[in-house]
Amino acid sequence: MPSKMPLIVGARSPGAIAGRILIYTLLSLAALYFLIPFFVMAITSVKTMDDIRTGHLIAWPREFTLEAWDKAWSSACTGINCVGMKGYFLNSVQMVIPAVLISTMIGAVNGYVFSKWRFKGSEMLFAFLLLGCFIPFQIILLPMSQTLGFLGIAQSSYGLIFVHIVYGLPFTTLFFRNYYVTIPDELVKAAKIDGAGFWRIFWKIILPVSAPIFVVVIIWQTTQIWNDFLFGVVFSGSDSQPITVALNNLVNTSTGVKEYNVDMAAAIIAGLPTLLVYIVAGKYFLRGLTAGAVKG
Amino acid sequence: MASLIISNIRKWFGTNEVLKGVSLSVESGEFLVLVGPSGCGKSTLLNLIAGLETITSGEIKIEDQVVNDVRPKDRDIAMVFQSYALYPSMNVKKNLAFGLETRGVPKEEVENTVQRVASMLQISELLNRKPSQLSGGQRQRVAMGRALARDPVIFLFDEPLSNLDAKLRVEMRTEIKELHQRIKTTIVYVTHDQIEAMTLADRIAVMKDGIIHQFDTPQQLYDNPANMFVAGFIGSPAMNFITCRMVKKSKQVGVVLENRNGESFFLPVGKSEKGLEKWLDHDVIFGIRPERIASGFYEQEGNPQMHEIECIVEVLEPTGPDTLVFVNINGGKVTCRVSPHATKPPGESMKLMIDMSKALLFDPETQKRIRT
Repeated sequence: MPSKMPLIVGARSPGAIAGRILIYTLLSLAALYFLIPFFVMAITSVKTMDDIRTGHLIAWPREFTLEAWDKAWSSACTGINCVGMKGYFLNSVQMVIPAVLISTMIGAVNGYVFSKWRFKGSEMLFAFLLLGCFIPFQIILLPMSQTLGFLGIAQSSYGLIFVHIVYGLPFTTLFFRNYYVTIPDELVKAAKIDGAGFWRIFWKIILPVSAPIFVVVIIWQTTQIWNDFLFGVVFSGSDSQPITVALNNLVNTSTGVKEYNVDMAAAIIAGLPTLLVYIVAGKYFLRGLTAGAVKG
Repeated sequence: MASLIISNIRKWFGTNEVLKGVSLSVESGEFLVLVGPSGCGKSTLLNLIAGLETITSGEIKIEDQVVNDVRPKDRDIAMVFQSYALYPSMNVKKNLAFGLETRGVPKEEVENTVQRVASMLQISELLNRKPSQLSGGQRQRVAMGRALARDPVIFLFDEPLSNLDAKLRVEMRTEIKELHQRIKTTIVYVTHDQIEAMTLADRIAVMKDGIIHQFDTPQQLYDNPANMFVAGFIGSPAMNFITCRMVKKSKQVGVVLENRNGESFFLPVGKSEKGLEKWLDHDVIFGIRPERIASGFYEQEGNPQMHEIECIVEVLEPTGPDTLVFVNINGGKVTCRVSPHATKPPGESMKLMIDMSKALLFDPETQKRIRT
């Protein structure tokens, strides 16, 4: 049997080659299916309105212009304000960064407790916390707005940050807890005997080996919070609306002509940060998701 | 002076009693080995000594001080783990220094201690490496170094050699023994390997089902086991247990063995026959180690308690210095240790000498030793 094995990878039988071709064709079609809408958005955003009206949907732009991008960024009308997406983009950044960092850090500590410092009832508590992953957003809108009112942070970016932190905790805790159970308990025991306490073990032993799971959680949380619309539209104040809400307002503002190129540019602007995060850190994301699945 | 006294310790996990009243006392500088099959509670006992688990009832004293409620870090112990538990993000030097730094030892002293321990264990050239860049044996050394750096009253070892390959395990075993002879610190060492226990220990506690079955020196355990479990657990190949009838023949009390051909042999127990009367015409378990059913070793000559039997050879297993011969006695398989030149091929009959001075008798019901 081994002597009949092809020596060079690629020197395969015709059947195997046909199979390969089939697989790659299917994969290419699937990729195309997902990429075409983005392609249409991208080319539409650099067309002129004349071009859009007279040309074909997926035709190459006859004239290349960034006017729509400029307008979407700084002067498009969302409702009665005509100041573009710029301010809302900043709102989103200012809301996402603290929400992601705080929910990630608390999740890390939670996961550390649920995996390495179990106490009576901690499994039960963890199960209850996980329920949070399955509660639909709509259900908590009213009680949450009452809570925010009670806390005095309703209709503000603080309130929105608070909601995202609370809603992110079940997921971040789950991620960290599942990663930390793969770290041997003996490490913690050894550190305890070496005289280290709860926080020292966390900072010196656990955190330095947590980079892969931090990448996963940060990507996950950034994407979730940046893309959120419902919480944004319900809990933000008029001056703290995130970009998703602004995009909706921009597209739904119906005065005069519908400017598809501006809509497309605005949509890409709204989606770009999460896309960038994935492109920059995507390979760490995959690596982190599979970390611990295989030993060594 | 006793450096560790354990009195009547019990430990429950939920509704499961893991330790059922264990008592031990370890002299200062002694090497104690806890040995037993998995699930016998030996690692739990070690964790209790370390303070990583809390005891349900009983008392632990280290250096005459009750430590039941003292935290691990304040017990003046150091522990070496089975997985070594080296901190993966720190290099060897930081691993060795971590315990000292946590305790606020001055920098200069930490540096000196690390250098001293590293040269003692010959790991000085590894100080800047990460644990992932070390071989199994090197990790083992670093783990011991981390314990040594602390200079504790008691070292606790939790199966430290079981992750190493066979050859390295034997080497490290000798190194641990040398180390103990040099530093003379009390060691409590957990293993499931009876050979490790025999070779390392000053005294061994043989455990099973949360109870210490015997606590004695290695030689005493081997020669004088208290029951069938200890007799069978210590020694490799294991002791033969042969069920046989105790009878009186021409005023001598003895046991009857029968080979596969139905020929029977009467073996007088010899020594004191006191207390054996009540076993007459009852079944007992006759325990004999493989090297006491032998052939071809000249030191057997002139022993008045040597008795000859004849058996059919079934299987041969040569080990080099001697050959294990498997025969059938009283319907059970029996291992004999025979000099290689004296063996017969399978199927043939061969003469074997049984040394009755080293034979043991056990109660078939309680499995306890029948003392004569």
